[in-house]
Amino acid sequence: MHFDAFDRYHEKDSRLHRLDPRVKAVITIACILSNALLPDGAWIAFLFAFIFLLALNVVSRLGIAYTLKRSLIALPFALIAFSVLFSTPGNPLSMFHFLMWDFTITDAGLLRFVSILIRSWLSVQMAILLVAVTRFPDLVHALAHLRVPPILTTIIAFLYRYLFVLTDEVFRLLRARESRSAASAAQRSGGGVLWRAKVAGDMAGQLFLRSYERSDRIYNAMLSRGYAGHMYTLNPHEMKPGDYFAAAFAVAFIFIIQILGRF
Amino acid sequence: MLYSPAPLHIPENFLSLAVSAACWVVTILTLSLAISKTNKSLGERQIPLMGIMAAFIFAAQMINFPVAGGTSGHLLGGVLAAVILGPWAGMLVMTAVIALQALLFQDGGLSVMGANILNMGLVTAAIGYGLYRLVSNRSRKVKLAAIGFAAWLSVLAGALFTSLQIWLSGNADLKIIVPVMLFIHALIGVGDALITVAAISFIMRTRPDLLGEESESAKGGQGWVWVGVAVTLLVVLLSPFASADPDGLERVATDLGFIGQAQLSPFQIIPDYTVPFLGQTALSTVIAGVIGAIVVGLVAYLIGRGVKAKSQAAGSK
Repeated sequence: MHFDAFDRYHEKDSRLHRLDPRVKAVITIACILSNALLPDGAWIAFLFAFIFLLALNVVSRLGIAYTLKRSLIALPFALIAFSVLFSTPGNPLSMFHFLMWDFTITDAGLLRFVSILIRSWLSVQMAILLVAVTRFPDLVHALAHLRVPPILTTIIAFLYRYLFVLTDEVFRLLRARESRSAASAAQRSGGGVLWRAKVAGDMAGQLFLRSYERSDRIYNAMLSRGYAGHMYTLNPHEMKPGDYFAAAFAVAFIFIIQILGRF
Repeated sequence: MLYSPAPLHIPENFLSLAVSAACWVVTILTLSLAISKTNKSLGERQIPLMGIMAAFIFAAQMINFPVAGGTSGHLLGGVLAAVILGPWAGMLVMTAVIALQALLFQDGGLSVMGANILNMGLVTAAIGYGLYRLVSNRSRKVKLAAIGFAAWLSVLAGALFTSLQIWLSGNADLKIIVPVMLFIHALIGVGDALITVAAISFIMRTRPDLLGEESESAKGGQGWVWVGVAVTLLVVLLSPFASADPDGLERVATDLGFIGQAQLSPFQIIPDYTVPFLGQTALSTVIAGVIGAIVVGLVAYLIGRGVKAKSQAAGSK
């Protein structure tokens, strides 16, 4: 498999790409929290948050609709909130009958449902943008600066580094199973569901052993290159005046959105 | 598709700030404990091991087996991680997996990550390791049965807690979400249980030393049995109650003050997100938000400092 199959970073030369990763992480989280704080039906505030997002898209040179396109994959999850359409007390808008139940959609329920979706959708796009303009190792480094415990950031860094390697291993296992599971029109391949589950479990066990042994080799290789419990980076993050300016600008904008959301 | 997301991840902003803050507090407290315990017991050798194990869980979630009609069984891995690596390390590994899924793939939100870690990493480890430890002196068959039940129940527990959190946030109807989520995950849980049992049985046969008395897996204390049994009982008792009598649960929640009358986001630290003496103004809400953020940040910072001091003290011994 290609090494960047999981990577979400898009190399471009933009102001947003060059911004300090700490600033980007903090702005993203602040925007998500700000969206969460907006009351239901704060349409003007939602609109401004959306405009802010589009502006960031443009600044990042990824194209104005970049995050929009990416965010559509996340939409099916919206079904979880579907039930608020009926459960929120309010004026009935429409009624329908399904199996043995009557459902009534209320105006308050509709308002709440749409607001939940918009808040979630705006926030998902901020998160998509963050990983599109920040290299993942830089992001992990930023998290370490933001006081996430080093043991966690190190595990995440390793996870990211070996994701590709172990996924390749899984594909080899799946291919091996596939190539030994010949079937014809007359005869089904393999045994019953339990047998198939057992094969899958053996594959997981096999993957565990291969990963375990690989971790030994990796540790020895790291020791031989001078690992002493710390990771070093070649680009130390330093806040420049532009970074402070961008952070201040974003905070001011979020403040305005919050005030707009209350009127 | 390369990667199939487990359907338990709560999407971005699907919880009210109060509920997600409460989950963050529980998660941060538990993880701080996990970090201090792990820092004490593990050498630097174990850090790459835990990183690779996190990648292993992530990759193992792609292993599936066809069931019927185009559906397939999957591994979710919470119980597997807790049994192989021990409870504390298992929690940290699952946390890293969930964090990466949220950060890189937007699978599960950043603001609700505390809840996602709680549901899929901490509860699963407690149930899985607790029940495994309960039968640690029994035969291999009993152990495998306990692991299978724990894996199934942990998926159900995740579904139950997820539904309750979304409902407490006022973002779903209890009468619909609990039965639907429990039904779907009772089936998904069977897939996870089968693969987990087969995988552990494979490891017991090929590398018994990794699960033996000297292994990391055997180092969890007896306290885990109590925690595991308590969480198990909670889930076993709460699930039927929540799906059979949602009105009863709603009434209990109202009586306990979790649900306000006109308010849809219950369990508020700061009522209506306003500061009392400033009244119902926009400024008041903004200030309330800032105060809330500072309080949560301060708690997290103090915990972080406590852990750091502890681990330094442990290091200097």
